[in-house]
Amino acid sequence: MRALDIKLFRDLWRLWAQVLAIALVIAGGVASLVMAVGSYRSLDETRTAYYERHQFADVFANVRRAPNTLASRIAEIPGVAAVDTRIAKLALLDIPNFRQPATGQFISLPESGQPVLNHLYVRLGRLPEPGSLEEVAVNENFAYAHAFRPGSRFSALLNGRKRELVVTGVVLSPEFIYAIGPGDMMVPDDRRFGIIWMSERALANVYDLEDAFSSVTLKLSRDASEPEVRGRLDALLDRYGGSAAYGRKNQASHEFLDHELDMLNNMSRTLPPIFLLVAAFLVNLTLSRLVALEREQIGLLKAVGYGSLPIAAHYIKFVIVIVVIGVAIGGVAGTWLGILVTKILGDFFRFPFLVFIQSPDLYVVAAGLSLAAAILGAVRVLRDVVALAPAIAMQPPAPPVFRHFLPATFALGRFVSQPAMMMLRNIGHHPFRAGFTLLGMALATAILVVSLFTRDTMEQLIYVTFFMADRQDATVSFIEKRPQNVVNQVTRLPGVLAVEPYRQVAARIRFGNIERRIMLSGRPPDSDLSRIIDVDLRVVALPESGLAISGMLGKVLGVHVGDSVEIDLLEERRRTVSLPIVAMVEDYFGIRGMMDAGALARLMREAPAVDSVQISFDESQREALFHALKAMPVVSGMALQRVSLENFRETLALIVTSMASIYTGLAATIAFGVVYNSARISLSEHARELASLRVLGFTRGEVLRILLLELTLLTVIAQPPGWAIGYGLAWIMQTNLEGELMRVPLTVSNHTYVLASGVVLAAAVLSALVMRQRVNRLDLVSVLKTRD
Amino acid sequence: MSDTIYTAQRLSKIYGSGAAEVLALHDVDLEITAGEVVVLLGPSGSGKSTLLNILGGIDHATRGRLFFRDIELSALDERRLTDYRRKHVGFVFQFYNLIPSLTAYENVALVTEIAENPMRPDEALAHVGLEDRMHHFPAQLSGGEQQRVAIARAIAKRPEVLLCDEPTGALDSKTGIQVIEALLDINAKLGATVLIITHNAIIQDVAHRVLFFADGRISKTHKNETRRAAAALDW
Repeated sequence: MRALDIKLFRDLWRLWAQVLAIALVIAGGVASLVMAVGSYRSLDETRTAYYERHQFADVFANVRRAPNTLASRIAEIPGVAAVDTRIAKLALLDIPNFRQPATGQFISLPESGQPVLNHLYVRLGRLPEPGSLEEVAVNENFAYAHAFRPGSRFSALLNGRKRELVVTGVVLSPEFIYAIGPGDMMVPDDRRFGIIWMSERALANVYDLEDAFSSVTLKLSRDASEPEVRGRLDALLDRYGGSAAYGRKNQASHEFLDHELDMLNNMSRTLPPIFLLVAAFLVNLTLSRLVALEREQIGLLKAVGYGSLPIAAHYIKFVIVIVVIGVAIGGVAGTWLGILVTKILGDFFRFPFLVFIQSPDLYVVAAGLSLAAAILGAVRVLRDVVALAPAIAMQPPAPPVFRHFLPATFALGRFVSQPAMMMLRNIGHHPFRAGFTLLGMALATAILVVSLFTRDTMEQLIYVTFFMADRQDATVSFIEKRPQNVVNQVTRLPGVLAVEPYRQVAARIRFGNIERRIMLSGRPPDSDLSRIIDVDLRVVALPESGLAISGMLGKVLGVHVGDSVEIDLLEERRRTVSLPIVAMVEDYFGIRGMMDAGALARLMREAPAVDSVQISFDESQREALFHALKAMPVVSGMALQRVSLENFRETLALIVTSMASIYTGLAATIAFGVVYNSARISLSEHARELASLRVLGFTRGEVLRILLLELTLLTVIAQPPGWAIGYGLAWIMQTNLEGELMRVPLTVSNHTYVLASGVVLAAAVLSALVMRQRVNRLDLVSVLKTRD
Repeated sequence: MSDTIYTAQRLSKIYGSGAAEVLALHDVDLEITAGEVVVLLGPSGSGKSTLLNILGGIDHATRGRLFFRDIELSALDERRLTDYRRKHVGFVFQFYNLIPSLTAYENVALVTEIAENPMRPDEALAHVGLEDRMHHFPAQLSGGEQQRVAIARAIAKRPEVLLCDEPTGALDSKTGIQVIEALLDINAKLGATVLIITHNAIIQDVAHRVLFFADGRISKTHKNETRRAAAALDW
């Protein structure tokens, strides 16, 4: 082995702690990219494979009652590859040991067993026997929530008649990865909403739907135009009481899953690049200082006859080895974390299988960026050092010329101790170095802030949504719209304190070429349980006429208050109307339109109707209320706000915060690497000064204090800019997370700032402890013989 | 001059172990009297710096005993040795070892801030004739001036011993002589014991006593009956 290469390995060994700390900074950046993008790709690919293998439909429509013979006409629509007709009905359930009214989405299974589309994956047991009036299969989440196994029993109120049912199988369906029940806000409540598959013959019998269907799903051929197929399907179903067909984009499960994956994707596009860039910058900074310390050795190598290029190559090799170690650690850690995240989320979504995607491109990008940053850092210094004459390079740089802050006669020394003065002059003399170190520490704080702020955001979102806007105790939904007097009926139920009626109509909203499918909700004037809250957290009063829409919808459509939009009403007598936008509401969930209930009734040309009510009730009477609701055949379900909140925390918040925890860990690793390296290099740069002080009689503690004074000052000063940069990064991330299904408010609590700074300060303290060992080992004898 | 300040008994220092063992100091017996000016002469590796380091409390002897007055230095731990240096010893290095970011005044103040009964920094600088330059940074001073600041820093704590390792090694003859003058002046005015390591044999003429080193031993001791003044030196 060449002598220079031996030197390389000895140097790496000698500086192992620093090499490791720098490698960890790189690893933090690399791991975040590999983990985030890798897990997103794996989950996305898993979903695609699941959809394909299980024939997930492309178009969905509900109808009151259509004859089975219509199926062949639907199949003739150009672009339709497969048709699956079925019976789909909501019904109240009565589950042993569960007092709250639960809801079942009943779906028929053909005689052949598996449906044509949306194949089921049987996790446990078997599908129900064709024609069986009691056998059912249930979705896994629901089964899990009630500990159902094959043989478990519960009952359902099917078409007004209570029937005993027995579970034969636990299944998964690509159509119900996310099963949102009536009245649920954003997240599934698996205890009170289940998907229940039952023999078609049995359901047809119960609901008088022999030779008829109430739901149809279509698979389209590759070149089909979805809007055209939907239009033709609507035309066919119209006379049978069909509601407008919708594509996957508006299919609840797909929409929510899409949003979750989108969030994951957006997080992976926001945080890892920031991490990687920060790591690259810090590595550039650190390695340039490390190479600068080698000045004397470079001079020596030149003196014995090495050319500039071999010397430069030697140090670049040194830097490359460090980067390779970092990329290797980051790659392994990132892959492991990526698999972990894929498994956790795959389990959460209950995918029947997982597809892990290897992403060599990520390693190339991460390694390339880290290498470039590191080599640039080294070259920047080498260029200057290699250019020096060997004799000069071998000497340490001439003592730098310091300047007085103030005129020499003004004795600043009276107010500041000499060690403090040393530190202030050092900072003043190397403003760029101090500035970059400061920036490095600030960035460490910033990436911690941006990793931690999602928790604050979730809490703010919960506060506004659950405690300011939707303050009802429960939402009671009806199977079909009811006349206004249902309010009186509900008011008379035991324990009910207040009732507010709501009407929801499916609609398409259009402005220019852009259209979206939304729910148009008619709200009672001066509603108090459920309120509309604007971005300044003020209650918005809905005008008597005109339309209020979500701010996000306004952004998507490009409309402003005062513009008129076209609305296709997709229920009852369908027609298209034009409405002025009178208000935009900065809400966090979904895109919706809101108007006065009376105005909506006039628009629908119907008597005021209700399809859900929001209620508050006396907690002491809840059992009686549950009992009474279960006896109301018109009720399709009841969502408790408290439970919705719990579920929200467990699901959406879980994903966001668990990802945030991983990012926080990686950010903390980077932060430690930065602080440790700053301290360590500072020690190397000042080793001789500090050893002199020890010889002059300064104790180890005093010398350590002098060394750490600068680090402490820079760390402390770096915090406010770190918070500011962190807030900026949080803004970028919040903007990237913004979607039609959910937005998050930009909230960074003081707690987050304190925690982020706490981690950086803890890293500083840890580094200080390591430095203490080093100071204790300072070589005092060599100081006497070596030049300043 | 009967007051003994250092007593060394069979002092040895071994670096390394096994085949790589180097005997840097070999059974050295020595007594140094308070107020003495002692010059240590000898080739590189002869043991003089090792002895100075052990006397100064920045290195430990491997064998033997060493007393500073009645304190046994060879039995002190690191913390007590630091305390000993802080109270009793002033160091002057070949390469000055000033803190570049502090002015001459502040470099001296660095030591007076931790000493028990120090002079004022300007007083210490006046001893070496640098009162006019005290607000200059090291980079603004000549080599001789920097070494005089180092001496001022060493004496500001009123040390009993001044240990100087090649104090003129990096200087031309004129400034070297100024530095020797300053050291003798301190010896005369403050009564500090001064030990000077040098390769320059001419400097031996200013000492009360000269110790010649070879192979880790004191090979010869010479007492100057008449000492020359620093100004009379020439090299």
